[in-house]
Amino acid sequence: MRTAYKVIIPIVAIAVIVGSVFAYQYFQTPRQTISINGAGATFPFPLIDKWAAEYHKINPNIQINYQSIGSGGGIRQYTVKTVDFGASDAPLTEQQFANATNTLHIPETIGGVVPTYNLPGTSSGLRFSGEVLANIFLGEITKWNDTQLKTLNPTANLPSQDILVVHRSDGSGTTYVWTNYLSDVSSQWRTTVGKSTSVNWPTGIGGKGNEGVTGVVLQNPYSIGYVEFIYAKNNNLPWGFVQNAVGEFVEPSLQSFTTASSAAAVTLPKGDQSWSSVSIVDSIVNNTQATGAYPITSFTYLLVYKELNVLPSMNQDEAKSLVQFLWWAIHNGQNYSADLAYVPLPQQVVANDEATIRMITFNGQQLYTG
Amino acid sequence: MKNLRKPAFSNNLTSKIRKIFRRRLTGDDAFKLLTMSFASSIFILLGLMIYELVRGSALSIQKFGINFLTGTKWDPAISQVFGAFPLILGTLVTSAIALFIGVPISLGIGLALSEYAPRRFGIVISFLVELLAAIPSVIYGLWGIFILIPFLRNNVYLGLQGILGFVPLFPGPIYGGGVLTSGIILAIMIIPTVSAISRDVFSAVPNAQREAVISLGATKWETAKTVMSYARAGVISAIILGLGRAIGETMAVTMVIGNKFQVLPGSLFDGWYTMAAIIANEFTEATYDLYVNSLVEVGLVLFFIALLNNVLARLVVWRALRLVRGIARE
Repeated sequence: MRTAYKVIIPIVAIAVIVGSVFAYQYFQTPRQTISINGAGATFPFPLIDKWAAEYHKINPNIQINYQSIGSGGGIRQYTVKTVDFGASDAPLTEQQFANATNTLHIPETIGGVVPTYNLPGTSSGLRFSGEVLANIFLGEITKWNDTQLKTLNPTANLPSQDILVVHRSDGSGTTYVWTNYLSDVSSQWRTTVGKSTSVNWPTGIGGKGNEGVTGVVLQNPYSIGYVEFIYAKNNNLPWGFVQNAVGEFVEPSLQSFTTASSAAAVTLPKGDQSWSSVSIVDSIVNNTQATGAYPITSFTYLLVYKELNVLPSMNQDEAKSLVQFLWWAIHNGQNYSADLAYVPLPQQVVANDEATIRMITFNGQQLYTG
Repeated sequence: MKNLRKPAFSNNLTSKIRKIFRRRLTGDDAFKLLTMSFASSIFILLGLMIYELVRGSALSIQKFGINFLTGTKWDPAISQVFGAFPLILGTLVTSAIALFIGVPISLGIGLALSEYAPRRFGIVISFLVELLAAIPSVIYGLWGIFILIPFLRNNVYLGLQGILGFVPLFPGPIYGGGVLTSGIILAIMIIPTVSAISRDVFSAVPNAQREAVISLGATKWETAKTVMSYARAGVISAIILGLGRAIGETMAVTMVIGNKFQVLPGSLFDGWYTMAAIIANEFTEATYDLYVNSLVEVGLVLFFIALLNNVLARLVVWRALRLVRGIARE
């Protein structure tokens, strides 16, 4: 026993001394780095991550940490105020907005969802209308040579094969945008399936994540699924053209997403109002003026409290840094979008965001005074 | 005499306490205290787990009651009704398939290593089998998607359907993923557990048993049979541990099962769903309280099934042990 004490006591003593030296230094030196923590949607993660790295180069003392844990998790953490900002692919619902009072919505980038398929002998460019997509995903259209598909694609070689529908099995903003669109174009979809991050799918099998859906589609001839534009682009997947209200069959592209979001941005609410009904899909789906707009387009949002002192860990310096970062993100930050296949914000949206960022205060004091 | 040796309870206690205080606290006592506190922290951990699971699923327990277990609808969007019956069934059936495929192979490995294999070969095989256990399940999933699924679909399933297509288990379209593929992946994943334990219990069978059987003129195969029946308790606990792993396995299954919410799949090639898979899939994007609560309740059900599994295993092992001891005594 004696020998045991001979070992343990010095170890404990050394640990205590070293520990207190570190603690002393920690409390003595003023904390140099300001760290800002966010959590939420996975879709904008590559962009926000890029922003964090670039912003850190310009402001070495500011560290932005973003965890891509999913919109649902992000909203929960944001609501209980364990993170400084949240990120979500869908705006807060009325209920969520009521739970997190004084939330500001800041659309920070735009994404599109595209139908992708595996039809031997056919590359990109198969034409779809909203109604046909809804019918396929409802299981009403079961064969590739269905007359509805043939009418839209008179020249395509459509075989008499069963369509295998592939959807996301995990809850996701991508599914939300997709089902939002199908609900808008099909009353049957709206009343029987609805829109949500996960739904009760009438047909098809589920793949986990964009990569899961892609895997199933690539391995199964005669299948159709939907993925984020970025994913389809980076993996050279064939994609379909989707008919808009003008009647055009629009190819998904950064340009056609920008057109859609510009047309929708005419009627954006103020940053501190409820955004629950904001949806590019909803405002574009019947807009017969929006030439060149791709209908399955969506904002993704940063969520920030209007009065930052509600966050227990927030101080004046951090609040100011957060606001400056947000301002940078919607201006200079947009330059990084196109390279990563995100859509830069159109001017109207930037203007709306600017007004929103100006609303942010700490102890009642406006933080952005540029 | 008896009374003298056994003083009254209170006296005993006070004398014990006095003893403790009189004696210096030695390292032995401290170590005993430490290990005991670690051991009893299991109670606290389990208690907290159950408490959190029940608390986290309060809303759905209130709203759906027993219908949660029997319900066959999972609709987060429109009716917001949640029923876990297909998930429970899916979990149990895929695990059963895994046992059906994995256990014979594992027992074979165990027997080969303990009865037949030369020592060096045995060491290599044991090492490789243990390596299988160290592979993260997401790797199994990726391997499943990119290698196993195309292989099975092109080389196995089509042929299987051709030969056995008239059996109601094998009709319908073949995607590659689905119930059977999940069962196969799970079987591979439980092989390390089941084979390692069964090898150990086979090796632990006293040589006297083998010698006795051989002396009666038994062949090698008959000896192996005796070894297996002697080690029955251990084998059963190995299988149950394997079952536990199969029931709780999440990532690999999620990636290959097709995640199709339905009471019964159309065939072994069709998609299905498991409890662990739906939690992994939907938890991050569950956007309202009832939805989150329902997912936590799925976790609670999974927890109790695992608990039941282990209790059952204990009971079986106890019974079998008593039997074996009985035989040994005779």
